[in-house]
This record gives sequence, structure tokens and C-alpha cells, in this order.
Amino acid sequence: MPAHSPEQLNEDVLRPLVHTTWRFYLTAGILGSIVLAALAAFIYQVYSGLGVSGLDRPVFWGFYITNFVFWIGISHAGTLISAILRLTNAPWRRPVTRCAEAITVFALVIGGMFPIIHLGRPYLFFWLFPYPSERGIWPNFHSPLLWDAFAISTYLTGSSIFLFLPTIPDFALLRDKASGWRRKLYRALSLGWTGTPRQWHRLEMAMRIMAVVILPVAVSVHTIVSWDFAMAPVPMWHSTVFGPYFVAGAIFSGIAALIIAMAFLRKAFHLEQYLTPFHFDKLGKLLLLMSLVWAYFIIAERLTVWYGNESPEMAVYWSTQQGRFTHLFWFMVFCNLVIPFAILSIKHFRFSIAGPVIASTTVVIGMWIERFLIIVPPLERKYLPYSWGTYHPTWVEITITAGTFAAMALLYMIFSKLVPIISVWEMKLGWQQEAEASRPVASEAQLPHMIPGADLPAPGN
Amino acid sequence: MKAIYGLYSDPHSAERAMHRLRSSCSALGFEVRNICLATSEPLDEFDLGWKEQKTAMPWLAALGGLIGGTSGYLLVSLTQRAYPLPTGNMPIVALWPTGVIVYELTMLGAILTTFISLLASARLPRWRKDVYDPAVAEGKILVGVINPREAAHDDLAKMLLDAGAEQVKEFASR
Repeated sequence: MPAHSPEQLNEDVLRPLVHTTWRFYLTAGILGSIVLAALAAFIYQVYSGLGVSGLDRPVFWGFYITNFVFWIGISHAGTLISAILRLTNAPWRRPVTRCAEAITVFALVIGGMFPIIHLGRPYLFFWLFPYPSERGIWPNFHSPLLWDAFAISTYLTGSSIFLFLPTIPDFALLRDKASGWRRKLYRALSLGWTGTPRQWHRLEMAMRIMAVVILPVAVSVHTIVSWDFAMAPVPMWHSTVFGPYFVAGAIFSGIAALIIAMAFLRKAFHLEQYLTPFHFDKLGKLLLLMSLVWAYFIIAERLTVWYGNESPEMAVYWSTQQGRFTHLFWFMVFCNLVIPFAILSIKHFRFSIAGPVIASTTVVIGMWIERFLIIVPPLERKYLPYSWGTYHPTWVEITITAGTFAAMALLYMIFSKLVPIISVWEMKLGWQQEAEASRPVASEAQLPHMIPGADLPAPGN
Repeated sequence: MKAIYGLYSDPHSAERAMHRLRSSCSALGFEVRNICLATSEPLDEFDLGWKEQKTAMPWLAALGGLIGGTSGYLLVSLTQRAYPLPTGNMPIVALWPTGVIVYELTMLGAILTTFISLLASARLPRWRKDVYDPAVAEGKILVGVINPREAAHDDLAKMLLDAGAEQVKEFASR
């Protein structure tokens, strides 16, 4: 079969769905064990109270809120990148978009759990919703924490639909090829799709509208997350730069997560023909750009604080420059700027796949540390020195944090066993458009639509 | 429902079949809306009925956004007046916090309306058995006629084959 044949594509993309190796079960078992350990730690925390975590006066936001901000940031990988690439009609997006969109949905689900994990009594989380109650308690719409609930709910709804819509034709493809329980599942998920002109037209229109609408939602979500901090009178939080700074950081970490996921899928499912070094080069360039943008924000923020020289802010500033967070701060700079710049500025490394993956791994680590350094040092050094303190995470927080990374990987693995991780119809469409573009232009007499009746109305479906 | 259809391996043959069906519909006693087509990818580069498709989906999305935003404003303003929570010297219904909620619910309204209007206008979910062939999943293009006259069967089959169909089949749903 030719390299770019639809049959080969069907086979390559659908093979991972039906053939499962022992490596998959082993990895799933290990990840599942870590998730179970995290669940046990969470149950222990609910049973014993929030005192088993390291959260104590004055630091009430620690690992959990770090994870919340980090995962919401990772969620920007998918929908935002996918929407931009769709709107600009970048042809190289086709094998990438679904990998990216899936990251968004799972990262949002995981990130959205953390405010609940963080609650002392998580079973009362529904008090966040505005509903008439006997208690006479009503959520305060002035609080950015409530804005989070609205923004994340909107983004999760939008991202789930954005992921689901282009999957419908692929579910129809699977329906026709699968058997047993899978056939029933895909029949339900394909919603009776047959691929009529009307269905394709509406789907493409819906995707265009969704791409336009989801972009401002994605930007608003991380801006609102940044306002959780910026609206509070805490040294180094109350900053106008926080909105764009958080959005840039989110896109930065999101691209890194996408590169890692793509490299994993490429290797595990033998998708070398579709996820090529070309894609890693493109995303590597984007990562390099975002690394520089991130560095710009860090410099802008730090320089302004240093020049302002206000003692409460300088206390926080020095704790990251000469105090107990110094090593962490410079390690973050090393991970987020030095390594990506050294690797991704060289074309040979960008095309090597290992290069972008190494740079992305350090960026993910560096961005988690960045979230931690935004949250914890300012809370340890508030305005009045009598309320200063230190934060040390406990095994409960560390286990739950590890569990969420494992949960993300596990959810992604399960997803890739149920849904084609590359959009089959979009790939075929791309090839077909390439083929049409390379065809010699026919003379007018040869064109089939010049025959009588070509301008009659469209067929009924 | 009954149908006769041809399976084509390339869009040009399908396009040819489509045009021949359109031009001979009155002679063979069926209407243009009875022509059916199914593909495994959108073929909007070809004259297969894509260009004639029109939809009000963008306007519906805008309307959904408007409804979502209005609902957001009503939720925030009415309930804050019902449960006044004085905060930081701000008005009970303050512009900025209300604006954030209105913005998010505007977007949510547009998103949900787009999804619902897609389902409604593409007639999904659709559990009734429509003209379809699993070969479409393999990349074949289905072009045919729904409920043709019995007398026109042979002519239609010949026309579909002449246009380049690899196979001509009949479909009947119970």
C-alpha cells in the first residue's frame, strides 16, 4: 500500500485500539497503583482533617493550589493551540489537534479537582453553586474564586464539545469496523453519522464557530486564575502583569505537555509516519518563543519589584534570590529558559525529537516550580512580620500530587485505547486537498460540472 | 425506504455521477432532493452539493451568547440584590465582577447553542437506518437515489456504472 493511502491510515490509527500489549497493562497497573495511593491519601486527609497537610498559618495555599494552577495551565495546550491552528488553517495541525484537545479535557478535570481536595470539608463543595437554600448563604460574586467556577465550567464544557465534535466521523468509522461491545459503544457515540453533505457542512461550520468562541474563553480562564492572586493584597501578587503572565505561562507549559504526549504516542503506537520530526520542529519553535516570552514576563515582574523597593515585596523578592527558595528559583530559570534555549535554538536538535522532548520535560518541571514560587513565598512573607511562617509539604500532599500526574497519564492512555488519537477524516481531507492542489488545471471542456444541470439545487441530504 | 446507489473510489467519478443524476432526474422520475451522497471526509473541493449548503448557525451562536449573557446578568444582579453581601466598599451589583460572570455565560451560551444547532440541523442523533454502506468507511463515495421508480432501476444502475461506479447496490430498510 502507498505511504499515504486511506487504508494504511485506517490500519495504523485503528491498530492501537484493538491490539493491546503487556506493556500497556503493566504501565496502566503502575499508574493505577499510584492513583490508588493518592486516593488513599485523600481519604486519610478527609478522615483526619486538613491538619495532615502542611497547610498552616500563614500559608493556606500550598501544593494543592500549585497543582490547580499548574494543571489549568497545562489544559491550555490543547484547545487553544488546536483552535489557533484551525483558524489559521495550518495544514500540519491535522495529526496534532486531537492529541492536544484530549490533554485539555483531562488536565481541566484534574485541575478542577484541586480546589475541592483543598477544602477542609470537600463534601460541601456544592455550597459554591448559587441555589436558594435554608441557610440563607449565597456565593459572593465579588470573589474571584467564584469566577473560577464559572470560567472552568465554561472551558470544560467548551473543550469537551470541541474534542467530541470532530471525533463523531471517526466514531462512525469505528462503528463500521468494530465488533462486540465496541461496536455498540461507537454506534452510540457516532450518533447515526453517515457523512452526508449536510452533516459535513454543519460539522465544519460548528468547528469554525467553536474555534472562534473557545479562544477568548481559554484566555479568560487563566486570566481569572491569575486574578485569584492579583485581587488579593499579598506582596508580589497584587500585580497588573499577572493576567498575561499566567496566560503566557499556561501556553508555555501546555505546549511542553503536548510535545511529551506526542512523543509517547508516536513511540508506543508506531505513528512515526504521521507525527514526524517536522511537527516536533514546529512545536519546538513555538516552545522556544514561549520560553522567551516567559523570561520577558519574569524580568518585567522582578525588575519592577526591585525598583519599587517596598519592604514587604522585597522580603518576598529576597526569599527567592538569597533566601530558602534561591535554589528553586534558579533551577526554574535553568529549566524554563537555559535548557529550552540551548536545545531548541539549534535546528538539528529540534528535528531530533529527543531534543524537544528533553526541553519539554524540563519546562513541565520548571513550570510546576514556577507555580509553587508564585504561591508559597508571598504567603510566607506577608505584610506584617509577626505573621511570617514556613511551609513544608507532607507525604499526603506529595502522594496526592504524584497521583494526579499518574491519573493524567492513565486517563490519556485509556482515551488513546478508545478513540483514534489522530483524526482520520482530517488526515484524509488533508491528503485529498494536497492531491487536488497538485493536479494540473483542466481545460473548461474537461470540467465535469460544465454539463447541463450542474446548477440544479443540492441533493436532499 | 429503498435506494439504489453506486460506490466510487475517486471524487471525480462521484462528481460525474452526481451531475448525470441531476441532469436526468426528470427523465427518470425522481427529484433532486432524492439524490443521496455519503463520504468519509468532506469533499468541499468538488461540486457534490457542499457549496449550496447554507446555515444560520453563526447567527444562532450569537443569539445563544446573547441569551447566556442576559441570563448571567440576571443571575448575578437579581440574586445579589436578594442576598446582599457588602464586600470591600464595592456596590452590591458591581460592574467588574458582574462583567466576568456575564462574559463567561455569554461564551457558554454560544458554545451550547452551537452544539445544539449542529445536532438539530445535521439531524443527529439519527437512529433510523439511512442509506449507507460500510465501504464508505474504507474511503468509497456513495452516490445514489432514494425511492426510485421500479421502472427506472436498470437505467439508474447503468448511469451509475457509466459514471465510474465500482459497484452498484440496492438498499432497503425495514
